[in-house]
Amino acid sequence: MRRGARFWLQLGFTVFVCLFLVVPVVMSVLAGVTENFFIGAKSGLTLRWIGEVWSLYANTVYLSIGIAVACLAVTLLLGVPAAYALARTQNRWARAFEELLVLPVAVPGLATALALILMYGQLRGFRASWTFILVGHVLFTLPFMVRSVLAVIDLQTLEDAAASLGASFRQRFFQVILPNAKPGILAGSLMVVTLSMGEFNITWMLHTPLTQTLPVGLADSYASMRLEIGSAYTIVFFFMIVPLLVALQFISDRVGQNK
Amino acid sequence: MTSDSVPIHLQSVGKTFADGTRALEPLQLDIAAGETLVLLGPSGCGKTTLLRIIAGLETPDAGGRVLFGDTDVSALPIERRNVGMVFQSYALFPNMNVAENIGYGLRVRSVDLTNREKKINELLALVQLEGYGERRIDQLSGGQRQRVALARALAVRPRALLLDEPLTALDAKLREQLRADIDRLLRSLSITSVYVTHDQSEAMALGDRVAVMESGRIAQIGTPREIYFRPRTAFVADFIGTMNRMRLAPGAAESLFRPEDTRVVAAGEAQFSGTIVSVFFLGDHTRLMVDCGSSQLLTVETTDRREFRQGEPLHLAVAREALLLL
Amino acid sequence: MAPAWLLAPAAAVFTAFWLLPIARLTTVGAGGPDGIAAYAAVVTNPAYFGSLVSTVLLSAGVTVATLVISGVAGMFLSRNKFPGRGLLTAMLTFPLAFPGVVVGFMVILLAGRQGLIGDITQWVFDERLVFAYSMAGLFVGYLYFSIPRVILTIMAAAEKLDPKLEEAARSLGASPWRVIVDVLVPGLKPALISAGAICFATSMGAFGTAFTLATRINVLPITIYTEFTNYANFATAASLSIVLGVLTWLVLNLARTFAGSTVAAAA
Repeated sequence: MRRGARFWLQLGFTVFVCLFLVVPVVMSVLAGVTENFFIGAKSGLTLRWIGEVWSLYANTVYLSIGIAVACLAVTLLLGVPAAYALARTQNRWARAFEELLVLPVAVPGLATALALILMYGQLRGFRASWTFILVGHVLFTLPFMVRSVLAVIDLQTLEDAAASLGASFRQRFFQVILPNAKPGILAGSLMVVTLSMGEFNITWMLHTPLTQTLPVGLADSYASMRLEIGSAYTIVFFFMIVPLLVALQFISDRVGQNK
Repeated sequence: MTSDSVPIHLQSVGKTFADGTRALEPLQLDIAAGETLVLLGPSGCGKTTLLRIIAGLETPDAGGRVLFGDTDVSALPIERRNVGMVFQSYALFPNMNVAENIGYGLRVRSVDLTNREKKINELLALVQLEGYGERRIDQLSGGQRQRVALARALAVRPRALLLDEPLTALDAKLREQLRADIDRLLRSLSITSVYVTHDQSEAMALGDRVAVMESGRIAQIGTPREIYFRPRTAFVADFIGTMNRMRLAPGAAESLFRPEDTRVVAAGEAQFSGTIVSVFFLGDHTRLMVDCGSSQLLTVETTDRREFRQGEPLHLAVAREALLLL
Repeated sequence: MAPAWLLAPAAAVFTAFWLLPIARLTTVGAGGPDGIAAYAAVVTNPAYFGSLVSTVLLSAGVTVATLVISGVAGMFLSRNKFPGRGLLTAMLTFPLAFPGVVVGFMVILLAGRQGLIGDITQWVFDERLVFAYSMAGLFVGYLYFSIPRVILTIMAAAEKLDPKLEEAARSLGASPWRVIVDVLVPGLKPALISAGAICFATSMGAFGTAFTLATRINVLPITIYTEFTNYANFATAASLSIVLGVLTWLVLNLARTFAGSTVAAAA
């Protein structure tokens, strides 16, 4: 098949856009393992920057992972039953609630964070704890979990069938509904973890020097550390987030296929 | 395999939905134990709603009562009515294999594993799916899924079997085949069954009695022969088979008669005449669409082997007994 | 109807940690020296108004540029099969999860003092071009996180277009350009609108990127942040952030009326 000029032009354009997105990533990875960015690759490759990043910011990595896992647990407990209830209830209160849940995502994180500080900032213990950040993350990620599960949990006919065979609500929920909602729950889980790991807008306002997450640490390093350290730290971030993204893409495709 | 069938009695059962739709006008219905009743009608007539009320998936409006035998089950949800239900989309659990699906009702009733397996095998044999126990649902064809759905519903020895358009999702050939299987099964089990369909040939073939429904009401209930030969309303007459309508004499009321009762005769014996508009040779008979001057074309079905041609004149007569009175 | 207690935990958490705090924020916003007029401050106060205008113009510009760029690239990728297509698609969507800060860093690497673009211009024109720490840098940054999202939306929508419509147009004699204008763009309109709205709303509310590049850039989220942290001006910060929130919510809602599905922003 002959490709016309239009094809090559468009291809060139697309490749250029790709480069725009990818080149800085590559640069950053290189910078993180180069002795001296200003001199370039000639100065030699090294892992010392990553080592320094770890000694400076290891706690941020642990905290981010911890919060992401906690966030996942909370959104599962809150979101899965909520999604089921929303799928079953067809009145406008349910629709209104769905709308409300999305607001922390539609509205800039700054507003949510300010609101939390103004309302609960006085509670010293809570304010200084990682749970304060967790709350922000849950508010932001819950709609994604709910939406993801909602897409697969409308299994009215299966439920009717189970009920016709005598199953109680608890039996139906755990033996029929949850197993068949697994793809959506999985997709939602990956989404929640990914979003929590990368959340900055809310977290920046809510954090304290003792509760710094990875993105917060990143901002700190970009502002105050040399480029190589910022880059090395970014490598650590990529390392954590890319597997999640790949898994998310894979699961989303699977969910899409099964529809 | 016997069942504990019950007669079903509905009293003043009506249904209005939350958004105001009136799905059923309050009606009365009696189904004998072991009888197969078919609810037949176009979409929106309320047949599925009625079935779901009998099942316990919907509650009737105030004043309506559903009785199984002597027990008033109106307040019981479906989990406690012990009915077997077969859905149009089969509703087989994708997370379980065939055997687990069939045995689900027994598992819920805490029947122990040995007895469960015994029962599952009995049912697999009954629906002619021996050896399919380990298969996953997505490995089954439409006809096989339908049989698993039946087996699952029967496993719990239900008091009544409720089927919601179980054959609609299948292609024509398979449908006929399975219709025969279902018919045989229902007769041998002599279980009270309520069968919903919009396909009138299915209704006539399967039902001991047929209830023709229209806009939330039962227009007529009777045996298939009664419904076909003695329709009581214009709606029933039109819905079952094809019906010709024509004024046989000027100024007279419209007469109703079936295409197969419209005989092709010689010009001298004709009651009325017309011109052939379309000819459909169907092998064992010919269907003719004839313009006799009335607003609708007449449908004539004849086994006359003559070759008919479009545009030819045609002479017709109808026996007095074949005219339907409403 | 499902048991109500299934919704209760989510509802309780949401009310306690978002509804009530936001309600309180609204009253704090009106509790400053200007009272409820603080809500109009975004238009009456010249500094804030300037900030709002810059933010809106920037967001609008980014939206248009993103729609065009992603439109061309997205349509191209979804309609042409060639070796390497999967790789290009992956590369284009991979920055999807980058937080604003990382995007800011990417812009610094491209256009900062040691940036690649500076190297190129130095080599060609003998002068380093550094624009990361200005509106131009912010523009590039916003493009960076908007393109992946919009491309995904467009590609998904392009998959759903019925090729028969285009075949019909071509059978009637339409040239490729006409097919694009008369069949493809109208077919993609809902997706374009919703993607455009998300892009706009995200840019309006984005904070991390601007924060990384410089806290002196005059966009509304930075203004709000400065009021809060540097001047402890709670009332103003509160009122401005409520106004910003309402604006983004309005844009997303309007888009939904045209696109017909739930639309939400995040960056």
